[in-house]
Amino acid sequence: MPAVSKGDGMRGLAVFISDIRNCKSKEAEIKRINKELANIRSKFKGDKALDGYSKKKYVCKLLFIFLLGHDIDFGHMEAVNLLSSNKYTEKQIGYLFISVLVNSNSELIRLINNAIKNDLASRNPTFMCLALHCIANVGSREMGEAFAADIPRILVAGDSMDSVKQSAALCLLRLYKASPDLVPMGEWTARVVHLLNDQHMGVVTAAVSLITCLCKKNPDDFKTCISLAVSRLSRIVSSASTDLQDYTYYFVPAPWLSVKLLRLLQCYPPPEDAAVKGRLVECLETVLNKAQEPPKSKKVQHSNAKNAILFETISLIIHYDSEPNLLVRACNQLGQFLQHRETNLRYLALESMCTLASSEFSHEAVKTHIDTVINALKTERDVSVRQRAADLLYAMCDRSNAKQIVSEMLRYLETADYAIREEIVLKVAILAEKYAVDYSWYVDTILNLIRIAGDYVSEEVWYRVLQIVTNRDDVQGYAAKTVFEALQAPACHENMVKVGGYILGEFGNLIAGDPRSSPPVQFSLLHSKFHLCSVATRALLLSTYIKFINLFPETKATIQGVLRAGSQLRNADVELQQRAVEYLTLSSVASTDVLATVLEEMPPFPERESSILAKLKRKKGPGAGSALDDGRRDPSSNDINGGVEPTPSTVSTPSPSADLLGLRAAPPPAAPPAPASAGNLLVDVFDGPAAQPSLGPTPEEAFLSPGPEDIGPPIPEADELLNKFVCKNNGVLFENQLLQIGVKSEFRQNLGRMYLFYGNKTSVQFQNFSPTVVHPGDLQTQLAVQTKRVAAQVDGGAQVQQVLNIECLRDFLTPPLLSVRFRYGGAPQSLTLKLPVTINKFFQPTEMAAQDFFQRWKQLSLPQQEAQKIFKANHPMDAEVTKAKLLGFGSALLDNVDPNPENFVGAGIIQTKALQVGCLLRLEPNAQAQMYRLTLRTSKEPVSRHLCELLAQQF
Amino acid sequence: MIKFFLMVNKQGQTRLSKYYEHVDINKRTLLETEVIKSCLSRSNEQCSFIEYKDFKLIYRQYAALFIVVGVNDTENEMAIYEFIHNFVEVLDEYFSRVVIMNYRNVEMTPESIILLFFYLRLMGTKYN
Repeated sequence: MPAVSKGDGMRGLAVFISDIRNCKSKEAEIKRINKELANIRSKFKGDKALDGYSKKKYVCKLLFIFLLGHDIDFGHMEAVNLLSSNKYTEKQIGYLFISVLVNSNSELIRLINNAIKNDLASRNPTFMCLALHCIANVGSREMGEAFAADIPRILVAGDSMDSVKQSAALCLLRLYKASPDLVPMGEWTARVVHLLNDQHMGVVTAAVSLITCLCKKNPDDFKTCISLAVSRLSRIVSSASTDLQDYTYYFVPAPWLSVKLLRLLQCYPPPEDAAVKGRLVECLETVLNKAQEPPKSKKVQHSNAKNAILFETISLIIHYDSEPNLLVRACNQLGQFLQHRETNLRYLALESMCTLASSEFSHEAVKTHIDTVINALKTERDVSVRQRAADLLYAMCDRSNAKQIVSEMLRYLETADYAIREEIVLKVAILAEKYAVDYSWYVDTILNLIRIAGDYVSEEVWYRVLQIVTNRDDVQGYAAKTVFEALQAPACHENMVKVGGYILGEFGNLIAGDPRSSPPVQFSLLHSKFHLCSVATRALLLSTYIKFINLFPETKATIQGVLRAGSQLRNADVELQQRAVEYLTLSSVASTDVLATVLEEMPPFPERESSILAKLKRKKGPGAGSALDDGRRDPSSNDINGGVEPTPSTVSTPSPSADLLGLRAAPPPAAPPAPASAGNLLVDVFDGPAAQPSLGPTPEEAFLSPGPEDIGPPIPEADELLNKFVCKNNGVLFENQLLQIGVKSEFRQNLGRMYLFYGNKTSVQFQNFSPTVVHPGDLQTQLAVQTKRVAAQVDGGAQVQQVLNIECLRDFLTPPLLSVRFRYGGAPQSLTLKLPVTINKFFQPTEMAAQDFFQRWKQLSLPQQEAQKIFKANHPMDAEVTKAKLLGFGSALLDNVDPNPENFVGAGIIQTKALQVGCLLRLEPNAQAQMYRLTLRTSKEPVSRHLCELLAQQF
Repeated sequence: MIKFFLMVNKQGQTRLSKYYEHVDINKRTLLETEVIKSCLSRSNEQCSFIEYKDFKLIYRQYAALFIVVGVNDTENEMAIYEFIHNFVEVLDEYFSRVVIMNYRNVEMTPESIILLFFYLRLMGTKYN
């Protein structure tokens, strides 16, 4: 880039900018800007042709106004003109304007593409670079379509200058990221790989970026890059600190390129060729060695750049996971960083070490740093660093250090930041379960968790402790004793009450022998918490009470009294009322035997993946799995630990609170069908809810999968919304409080593709989301619309995209309907719109001379071939706007045809699969009367009328 | 991979932004506000990397100006961190004293303001 030329004048621009800076108020600024805009407009519209310099100046001013945050709606044409200038600065400003204010106006795009094409072919490297930068900055699909095939050619051409190659590689990368389908793979790919050997480091850097992206999709095509990358890396790593001149950064040779090469190598497994591998290992060792050498500069930039390479090297070592020696060295290096005074390094070291911990080669080495990491958890001032420390402790945990780590994490939990408490709770719960040697320790740990951070203990955690206590009879007595003690605390968390209620209801008998925890004491202890609890907990406690009646017959009278109290039997909450009524009846009508059978201890839960682990995975998202499911390190875990299977299933744990007695499960495990004559009543009572879920789909669900016939009529605004899209292809089709539907479409000949974007504006997931396209009447034979299914769930704030492929078979008059149905918060929603596909979308513009036009006009002179409409203007009559609308409508605009320059004349062909319909149109504005006369002539009568109607609504 | 690049002043105004992936205009404002808030609330003792939603923010402060880069999970934090500095050095060299840049109070030649903008769009001869 040339140096800023201060003497190049543009005084007008300087004056304008300083005027703006001197404005005392926003109003003054706007006033000054409006004045300038008026001035520029008049200059652009004036008769006098502007020279390149003035054009550049005014376009600069417009850009500056845009930079200040104002909209610019003109000047595009002048900017496009600048593109064809031969002066660098003029061309540059032209491209800048286009890149910043790109407009999908089709005519301009054609002109711009033309200018770009010329510059790409110009063999002037500066111009070629400008053009490539413009393509990359706009990066639109249209540009991709126009140039994606040319750029690879420029990239690998032998005579391209370095700067051009560099720009071409980056430009191609950008296009590939935007629309991978447009970039053709082929013979050039092999030659791109060889750019890694290029003399120019800039070209190499750009090429590495491109290859790293391309090889993700076709790793085999680019496999040869491994050896080239290794030799390039080796040359950089072993070069002296000043060899690479411009690419040396504070005495570190090409740090970013090195990082990129190391990153590229991480796309592949270790090299198979022994020589290549040897060379690479040598490189990695050199990097590790250099970390120990005294720095060549005291500047922090030097060490930062060096460390960037070091961290990437360690990533590669971890990725290969095959060189024990290197892994251990990496771990030692990170260990040094753990105590570094720079927070950034401590953070990164903790993060990298976390992945090292999961390698069998370095796990032990990581473990030696446990004290440092625990110390970091206690003393770091930055929550992100503390969180990394907690992650690392989790990753390095195994049976040998579980007790220490869990207790440290519990201690940390007391002061932990709210943001990460839930995650710590989950981690503690998992570690405690996984590495439990004796279950009393496990129970203690979980109860401690509830005590310290009850609010953050999710259902999964306390369900899990109940499952484990239920399945292990050696811990039940201890659990009962411990919860009983925990419940003595004057204020205990509701989760504690839930766990306590459940465990005492099942195993309270195991501690009943002790007079300090006799049945009445247990009951009154639980009941003292009852009134402070939520409905769900109270429901659980009621189940505990009925279980107490079975376990301890002496409490029956007291409990029946409680159940019978008005506050239970007439409770406003249906669930509580039902439980009170049912349990009261059960306890009075059933014999002791029946009661004992119904209220038997819960059977063991089936073993499955710990739901907590599933939850942590969900929280972390995919990709974090490797650090978490370290089952391979500990394959011989005992049975509760063995439940951990790295299956992707996310089965939900049965909820003990809602289903304590198996009431809703079919078959109820604790209630065998009709065991005795008295059982009949019970079976009736219990059968009710059990039968319900097996009913067929509810009317609502049936409603959600409609046949094509029963969609509702279009919403009242549908026509108005459709009209907005007659002359444009992109925009927002519909929007209400819940949903936004955006449209992007393109048509060519008789084919079209439409992207519909459904945005969920709420924070709640939409369910059963199903958009369908329906063809009313004969449309089926006139228009083929192929839709792709979309996901049935749309998360809150998320957007889903649907692609429609459209083919126009013959001329049609009514648009297809789009029916959108979904459930929002349980309520079904439905909406029918008109899909913005009208016959004019299949217009192909036709240029013709005046003479031809009149000849054809005369040929179509039958009265039924013509449709005419005279109507009042609904919008201000602006010639430019009208022009844009007519172009958007699809016809070509013919200049110098109509003798009256105020009038517009257009021509085009409507392309359908079956036939083509030629159309001529003429629009005559009458500014005085604010009226228009629109005349259309086509070879088909309905088409003339329909087009006339469609177009008349646009003005 | 770099997702976006922001220059923000201490008052929380975005001075420049460049997105490398499509983000809706109204979402950008929201994102920028949140990003700035999380950077401003940090002290020198905290590290320069912030986990934010599903990506990471890497930021550096130059006088009253913050430069924030949003990257995805696989990026090398240290490389980006130093890249920001390299970038500022290049700007500094080219425009002199850009770090205290604020269009309104610093004297820059008119063309260079525009070129600066241009430059940001072409950014990264050494990195990208």
